[in-house]
Amino acid sequence: MSDDLLLEIKGLKTQFFLDEGLVEAVNGVNLKIRRGATVGLVGESGCGKSVTAFSVLNLVTRPGRVVAGQILFHRTLATAAGGDARGAQVETIDLAALDPDGKQMSAVRGKEIAMIFQEPMVSLSMMHTIGFQIMEAILLHFDVSQQEARQRAIQILNKVGIPNAAERVDMYPFQLSGGMRQRAMIAMALSCNPTLLIADEPTTALDVTTQAQILELMLHLQKEFGMSILLITHDLGVVAETCDEVAVMYLGEVVEQGSVRQIFHSPAHPYTQALLNSIPKLGSSKAGRLTPIEGTVPDPYNRPTGCPFHPRCVRFIKDLCDQDNPPQIELNDGRSVRCWLHDPRQGVQS
Amino acid sequence: MIQTPISPVLEVSGLKKYFPIYGKGILQRQIGDVKAVDDVSFTLAAGETLGLVGESGCGKTTIGRCLARVYQPSQGELLYHQPDGQVRDLAKLNRGQLKPIRRQVRMIFQDPFSSLNPRMTVLDIVGDPLKVHNVCSGKELEDRVANLLERVGLRGEYMRRYPHAFSGGQRQRIGIARALALDPRLIICDEAVSALDVSVRAQILNLLLDLRQDFNLTYLFISHDLSVVEYIADRVAVMYVGRLVEVAKTRELYTNPQHPYTEALLSAVPNPDPDRRSQRIILEGEVADPSHPPSGCYFHPRCRYAQERCKVELPLLKTLADGRQAACHFAGELNLNGIRV
Repeated sequence: MSDDLLLEIKGLKTQFFLDEGLVEAVNGVNLKIRRGATVGLVGESGCGKSVTAFSVLNLVTRPGRVVAGQILFHRTLATAAGGDARGAQVETIDLAALDPDGKQMSAVRGKEIAMIFQEPMVSLSMMHTIGFQIMEAILLHFDVSQQEARQRAIQILNKVGIPNAAERVDMYPFQLSGGMRQRAMIAMALSCNPTLLIADEPTTALDVTTQAQILELMLHLQKEFGMSILLITHDLGVVAETCDEVAVMYLGEVVEQGSVRQIFHSPAHPYTQALLNSIPKLGSSKAGRLTPIEGTVPDPYNRPTGCPFHPRCVRFIKDLCDQDNPPQIELNDGRSVRCWLHDPRQGVQS
Repeated sequence: MIQTPISPVLEVSGLKKYFPIYGKGILQRQIGDVKAVDDVSFTLAAGETLGLVGESGCGKTTIGRCLARVYQPSQGELLYHQPDGQVRDLAKLNRGQLKPIRRQVRMIFQDPFSSLNPRMTVLDIVGDPLKVHNVCSGKELEDRVANLLERVGLRGEYMRRYPHAFSGGQRQRIGIARALALDPRLIICDEAVSALDVSVRAQILNLLLDLRQDFNLTYLFISHDLSVVEYIADRVAVMYVGRLVEVAKTRELYTNPQHPYTEALLSAVPNPDPDRRSQRIILEGEVADPSHPPSGCYFHPRCRYAQERCKVELPLLKTLADGRQAACHFAGELNLNGIRV
């Protein structure tokens, strides 16, 4: 159902113009996020996951620039009390076309689309109390008084499971533990009731037991607020446990997108298959050696011609994969994959 | 059942490492200790891999550094069995006496970017231990470095290059070549694959397994990643706030944990299988502060099985019927869930 979509990224290209050369960090990404869904964006470091997220929020700064593509955000216009999304009027705006510093973008960023980052110690201001930082967002987007904003900040801190929120609201980030800081970040992101939450490696810096707490919290809050989540991570375990859909990125392209079951049980792209074979799974110890992916991720200045994965691919077809980059192919089961093996004209099915 | 190791390489007993905390006044009196490692004992048998797991700040790295004598332990014995049968206590040796042993006990570090000197070529980095110990020089040194590089999967001619010319995985291979340079017996891998991308991590893990076979190495594999440890380790030791809470063979520890902390840790690991979304045990609260640990069992404020006794009496690591060890008053009595195989 297309009217179910919240965000559609079409052919997004974000490039960085550096002295050393051109880095095509995001090279034609197509991605769809449905309302209320959790979409995992996975890939290795440098594959363009974070740049995709920054592009959505129009936060790419010089020397980088979004050079092509559309980011269609189907925002729900404010409805009368009740606020049923189905009946509400939907307006579509192309975020990529907006002025990054303009009014319209500022109204979306932080309010309708919020983001949480990997390292809360770096992304929170250490000069201000967490309460001040949460209130800042509320005061910017809503017409409320200082007092009301403070009340709301305490309320949201309570929601994310910070004990003694009324006291903690006046604390500085360094007075909180890693897990608590990440909760404060989430509180800040949720303070304006976003419809889309972008979480960029939200648990990577945390220990497993704290990670479990934070993931549980995010899923719980998602149900309560009914928002969509774009979860960026390199941890396939986290994706399997939390996401409904998965998009796998390699060198600036989404090579495969499908439901979490499709991706984990019958991956279609050789990169997805190789990635899943290369991770140790808990409970299958000594089941045999891991199968690593040969070689390394290519240097961003020298992208391979043709399919970006072909130099490391075990099913590489000579004179095809090294010549032409495969298009996005829609499979019958609803997923999309960028690989010549699935091109009906090739007649080679996996 | 764990057999008594036929030939131990290292016997650690009662190892303690306290870091002093000083007051603010002019006198800067010592006002307390961070008990980073508190009364830890274990044995490393020749040829085995012992995984050491726990959350950040639990003292894993401190143990590794005490073993390599980067730190001077506050208390305890580190009995090292030399190949000729002599036993030396590493904790009591001075710099000069340690030098021959430093050839045999080596480290591999987490961050392949900061653990290699950017101003040294690969030849200097890998060859340095050989020069320091006067093993060889000149052409012979170059040949040996080329050999080592090829052994870890790099081309010999790369030795004139600087670290910045290599990717993360390749740098970690350089770090491994450096550790191998002096024919070591024991290698302490401190989060050796944690900074690597998944596709490269598998390459390095397989390399470590091959090298263990070929050079008859013993590993102490320190990691926070339980899936990686399950893949590489024969036995696993779990740490919590400076103390060992459980030691057992890998499979037994994972499928049938005997300490509530191990159970919680295992259930918190995200499983890359959407059909097996685990019933996670969400631990309340946070890891205890090692300078002010709670009374009794350090884990009791977060433990769902805690009883009155746990609040007052500190459980010691005790050996259970089947030879495994756990530090819980109710070890063997609780019905804890491990992972399903």
